Amino acid sequence: MPVEILEDGRKRIRAPLSDDDVQQLEAGDVVLVSGVIYAARDAAHKRLLEMLDAGEELPFDPAGQIVYYVGPTPERPGNVIGSAGPTTASRMDRYTPRMLELGLKGIIGKGGRGPAVRDALKERTAVYMAALGGGGALAALQIRSQEVIAFVELGPEAIREMEVEDLPVWVVNDCQGRDFYTQAVAPWRRDDLLPEEFRLGAGG
Amino acid sequence: MGEVREVDAAEITRVVRDLCMQINYTVPQDMVDAVRRAREKEESPVGRQILDLLIRNQELAAEGEYPYCQDTGSTVVFIDVGQDVHVTGTDLEDAIDEGVRQGYKDAYLRASIVGDPVFERKNTGDNTPAFIHTRIVPGDQIRIQVDAKGGGSENKGRHAMLKPSDGIEGVESFVLRVVAEAGPDACPPGIIGVGVGGNFEFCAMLAKRSLMRKVGQPNPDPRIAELEADLFEKCNALGIGPQSLGGTQTVLAVHVEMMATHIASLPVAVNIECHAHRTGTKVI
Repeated sequence: MPVEILEDGRKRIRAPLSDDDVQQLEAGDVVLVSGVIYAARDAAHKRLLEMLDAGEELPFDPAGQIVYYVGPTPERPGNVIGSAGPTTASRMDRYTPRMLELGLKGIIGKGGRGPAVRDALKERTAVYMAALGGGGALAALQIRSQEVIAFVELGPEAIREMEVEDLPVWVVNDCQGRDFYTQAVAPWRRDDLLPEEFRLGAGG
Repeated sequence: MGEVREVDAAEITRVVRDLCMQINYTVPQDMVDAVRRAREKEESPVGRQILDLLIRNQELAAEGEYPYCQDTGSTVVFIDVGQDVHVTGTDLEDAIDEGVRQGYKDAYLRASIVGDPVFERKNTGDNTPAFIHTRIVPGDQIRIQVDAKGGGSENKGRHAMLKPSDGIEGVESFVLRVVAEAGPDACPPGIIGVGVGGNFEFCAMLAKRSLMRKVGQPNPDPRIAELEADLFEKCNALGIGPQSLGGTQTVLAVHVEMMATHIASLPVAVNIECHAHRTGTKVI
């Protein structure tokens, strides 16, 4: 089952995901990602889009899949991988709408997304999730295997097929256009301590 | 005048190598303490969970298998060379780069530097060149501080040439805007380094150098320390919280450095350091 709801309310997902699966994931959900995901960041995305422009076949089919924005450290002998936390997602904003057009259903990174990506997630029924930024050592423990499948010359930016087990993430942007960062911060803003331009008028 | 002391460049290489290897696994004690203080103060339950995870991440990294963060940074090297020192062997900067090269390879750290910014963007493969800041100082010692600076937080830094009439309110407003706009992207909670004054390039250096202080150590000038305390309270009032999931602990410290400036100028620079604060110092 691609989306499993656990007793504590967390959700476990496993690609490939359908539109119905994605619709069960809401901003603020804590999600455990298991199964196969694809690691790709800046340079790999640039190459993927160049391949698309040239009409070439991509090294993996994004339809239904999850991409993780990560560039791991080299693995020590005996380990599956090195440190492997998420990188800043907004740098991929200009590539993301086309990846979603190809049917990509899930993205894992850290940080906010621009309006064009949020719109595209809604239009294409896909979800953006954040992993623990800077928690690279912890993330490594959830990765069971990795294999470079393209662009080996890019080193840490090569595309990797990874198998993960219960990698914890938060749903930030769901397919209904919600943004969890905005929701989460507002109640904690102390308008009484801030200059006018930073007040949200949301209480708290 | 003291006698000239000879220092073999190979020793500089060794020191830089050892620091690179150490700092990416073992978070300095002042940062460990700062995260624990934030954990005590954080009011948001989710924020406390995040800070607990960061403490676990520190402990796991210290075991030596996995670096604290996969972004093992650009290598920033501050080197203060006593004017009575004569460095022998290879060139000083080559010696430093060799230390980076060896340290990043031997400690399984990520090569995160591309050789040019817009043409090929080809990874240099060994994290060189380091970003080296050299000062000639009195004495016969060499002080080397290495900082592994993450790219995500570095990208959220900003620089502005304000008007003198903008005053201290203008400085505060700018700093808050930078922290607010950085939001989740800079991996809060972190340290906010602020440079005020100098000229265009010195201002950015002030901000960077302020990050090299012990976390939360106030500026010795009480007026500047007061500004730091005020900015600290206001940054945390933004409510961004750990990982921008809401909370009272958005920043672990605000460090401000100032210097003289032109009658026409009020330069301000903000350099953000994420919670992966990796720095270490050695004196030769």
